[in-house]
Amino acid sequence: MALSQADVLAGIKEIVEEVAGIPAASIELGKNFTEDLEVDSLSMVEVVVACEERFGVKIPDEKVTELATVGDAVNFIVNAAA
Amino acid sequence: MSQRRVVVTGLGATTPLGGDVDSTWKALLAGQSGVRLLTEDWRELLPVHFAARVATEPADQMERVEMRRLDRSEQFALVASREAWKDAGSPDEIDKERLGVVIASGIGGVITLLDQFVNLNEKGARGVSPHTVPMLMPNGPAANVGLELQAKAGVHTPVSACASGAEAIGYAYEIIKNNRADIIVTGGVEAAIHQLPMAGFAAMKALSTRNDAPARASRPYDVDRDGFVLGEGGGILVIEEYEHAKARGAKIYCEIGGQGLTSDGYHIAAPDPDGNGVQRAIKFALQNSGLSTKDIVHLNAHATSTPAGDVAEANALRKALGADADHVAVSATKSMTGHLLGGAGAIESVFIVKALQERLAPPTINIENLDPAVTVDVVRDTPRQLPAGDIAALNDSFGFGGHNVVLAFKSL
Repeated sequence: MALSQADVLAGIKEIVEEVAGIPAASIELGKNFTEDLEVDSLSMVEVVVACEERFGVKIPDEKVTELATVGDAVNFIVNAAA
Repeated sequence: MSQRRVVVTGLGATTPLGGDVDSTWKALLAGQSGVRLLTEDWRELLPVHFAARVATEPADQMERVEMRRLDRSEQFALVASREAWKDAGSPDEIDKERLGVVIASGIGGVITLLDQFVNLNEKGARGVSPHTVPMLMPNGPAANVGLELQAKAGVHTPVSACASGAEAIGYAYEIIKNNRADIIVTGGVEAAIHQLPMAGFAAMKALSTRNDAPARASRPYDVDRDGFVLGEGGGILVIEEYEHAKARGAKIYCEIGGQGLTSDGYHIAAPDPDGNGVQRAIKFALQNSGLSTKDIVHLNAHATSTPAGDVAEANALRKALGADADHVAVSATKSMTGHLLGGAGAIESVFIVKALQERLAPPTINIENLDPAVTVDVVRDTPRQLPAGDIAALNDSFGFGGHNVVLAFKSL
């Protein structure tokens, strides 16, 4: 099932707010998970697993390190689900 | 260098009687029970249908996101430590390399361990939280408090079953005495109200099964006592080197005079009926504090409401204190809080500090018929006034494994 960029961004905002307590309003495509949003490595694992469940995609561990920004994650998930 | 003295400058608690020290202490003096029927369906698996849950859920005291990364025992530790730190005047400006944390737990994050095992079986390895290990490790409560306060003098977790909380305070005392730190946040917590630990204790016949009257189930020293009642929560003290506390103008509750530590070498779970280990621990605590049996006016007993334990302890107290036991007001507060396991020695130390401050020994409830084998002076039903002037009190705690810990507190 194809996912729109907007849908995935909205979903990631919800997940990051739930897992890391970061207000959804401050989560934007250009934000870096570690440096801007201060999501630590353990919480990042939770975000990845929650994204897999929600969007029905697989995010391999070796890909996770390449997903530096929210935009990177959105693009990966949109492509993986296409 | 002159002898370093150790004083108490802050208190915190979350217990079956209240979400903080004040509410807990008020309920304790009023003789209220914190024991209630469990509401979970799993209680039907067990011969015991009740326990003493905390009066205030941590969810009402901390942020949601914080909660999800912490085991329940760690939540209790943070809630009580925040209260204690604030009570100590929030001394955030102190040298963090001289600030330590010693917080014990008897069992650690057992609920996390069991919940995540369910996740593993239901969802596979991907379903296991990355926070599992930091949540289940027994040093987790101490580590989280240490992180929050940025303590850098050392963060420690002694483990000695139901003596853990007292041992933590004793260890913290030694650290300050030995000049490795000036101020330590110390105590014990436990969160083990879950079907598995309860089934384990029940299999040992250690728990009361008075399902028709849960609030009357914890009855130390009563002839019909039939086991302890599992409680949860914790107690935290901020303890500090005396000159350090004076220099920053801290409110000082009392002094920790010293401690006595022994082991029974007798049985993994049963108390030594001879009580030799307990007697020696009391003797050492008095010696180390420069106190004699004459100075002791109050004792918060371990007294868990088990048939064997209460009498063995009372006999040991009588032997150790001799005729002076006649002027020692003995309180068994587990009659109201239930047994907080690794939190017990800590919350009972908080009660001693309050008792010295307010000159009131808390009551023991639920004694309908005092066991004639109990030859100490038990404070029953209502608080008892303690004398004016210089007074001292003892807290004794014992743990499965044969651990005996006695802490001595002095008015100041």
